[in-house]
Amino acid sequence: MPVTHLPTESSDNVLISAHNLTVRFGGLPAIQNVNVSIGAGEIVTLIGPNGAGKSTLVRALLGLIAPTNGTIQRRANVCIGYVPQYVTVDDTLPLTVERFLRLGASVSRTQLEEVLAEVGAATVIESPFQKISGGERRRVLLARALLRNPNLLVLDEPTSGVDVTGQADIYKLIGAIRKTHNCGVLLVSHDLHLVMAETDQVLCMNGHVCCSGNPSYVSQDPAYLELFGRETAQGLAVYTHHHDHTHDHGHDHTEHHDHASNG
Amino acid sequence: MGTITQNITITPLMDDFVVRALAAGLGLALVAGPLGCFVVWRRMAYFGATLAHAALLGIALGFLFDVNPTFGIIFVCAATSVILVGFQRQKRLSDDTVLGILAHGSLAAGLIVISFMDQLRVDLLGYLFGDILAVTATDVGWIYGCGATSLLILGAIWRQLLSMTVHEDMARVEGVPITRIRLIFMLLIAVVIAVAMKIVGILLIVSVLIIPAAAARRLSASPEQMAIFAALIGCVAVAGGMASSMTWDTPTGPSIVTVAALIFFAIMLIPLRALGKSDS
Repeated sequence: MPVTHLPTESSDNVLISAHNLTVRFGGLPAIQNVNVSIGAGEIVTLIGPNGAGKSTLVRALLGLIAPTNGTIQRRANVCIGYVPQYVTVDDTLPLTVERFLRLGASVSRTQLEEVLAEVGAATVIESPFQKISGGERRRVLLARALLRNPNLLVLDEPTSGVDVTGQADIYKLIGAIRKTHNCGVLLVSHDLHLVMAETDQVLCMNGHVCCSGNPSYVSQDPAYLELFGRETAQGLAVYTHHHDHTHDHGHDHTEHHDHASNG
Repeated sequence: MGTITQNITITPLMDDFVVRALAAGLGLALVAGPLGCFVVWRRMAYFGATLAHAALLGIALGFLFDVNPTFGIIFVCAATSVILVGFQRQKRLSDDTVLGILAHGSLAAGLIVISFMDQLRVDLLGYLFGDILAVTATDVGWIYGCGATSLLILGAIWRQLLSMTVHEDMARVEGVPITRIRLIFMLLIAVVIAVAMKIVGILLIVSVLIIPAAAARRLSASPEQMAIFAALIGCVAVAGGMASSMTWDTPTGPSIVTVAALIFFAIMLIPLRALGKSDS
């Protein structure tokens, strides 16, 4: 697998980056020529419809699948806290939240209580993991990731199974965690309305990167509008403070393909 | 006078094979309980059944090449596990299908190999249903040697195996060597099946793994507790099965499994309030 570990001192701010990354499953490309880099303390959000290759890109970056082509570079001291989209524990396994958290790292009870308080799930420490609500589960998963003292958090659909009001809270929490722990965040999302507020960089994906840049730029990009429809995209503007798109072309718009030709 | 001498000579003999059988059964229960919990948590009952079927081919090959059948079983079970992992990586066929092919393919091959060996035909029933009363002192030694080693290894990989049972990708990102741990776990099951063969036989082996574990679920608040309860329930089932076998002259292996199943149903009938839980 073409993963290169760069020595810390020679690399700059970049925690992890992918260059011309292509992943094929049985000949069919799931993602093609994707470039992405996540800097320290930066929030990067992947958006795109189902089947756009968001999870594939994340799994390749995590080293869970081998890329067909391209390279992934990780800064040597990168410690990843990973929150998968779904964690379903078989009902036959008696597992409290405390025990679940201890699976990832050897920690004291005090540390557990602190991290659960930070994510706002202090009350569920003794509950069976299977019995807590969707929102609590997201928070507990975040806690498990934080216990590793990560400098990069990878969150796959961190609001799945959470109602709309809860989703805003989770995003607020992620923003707060980024500040207190000073870690980079790679976020996968398809709920476009709420995700953008704290994001530094958005990658709009549909097999390849359709467009990327800061949220206010991407929300006005023709490729983005075509992918998500103008009506959906309108709501997004609320969270990016209504930039006037006519003077906005100086942003770091790195790529723009016509995704329609890609099927 | 005659009857008295008979009693004197027969009683120690009976004690002997009963003690050996009991020792063998308890040894199996102690290791099958904790391993069986993982079989239940990881939904691998059919995998256990597949190894049990494949074990017959191992026995046949053992006799064919004149090596200890236990080695034959471990070898064939290990090979089956490796083939399964290979298929899992390809992701072309579902696990169910692959296991079905491996289970019945190897069973059929085992039956054919056995059919070439006249002296073994008599023992086939023993391998299908087990013959705990025929275990030798050497067998008991094997059971405790393999059992203790298996438990030590299971203890060493416990947290990693548990973590990947909960979520494999998360465990892998956290540094658990997934493939290695999975293979070790499969080998442990292979070893347990090899030693359990003589006691309960091919057709009932899986029950020794899953019934005590399933029964222990409602009593347990942690994975470790469930493993210990499963081992204890297994021991009670062995003792109960042996006792009923002695009392009513029922076949011993099936009696052990029946007692285990009865314990399972009895525990299912305990009201939740009596267990001190709201819901679990």
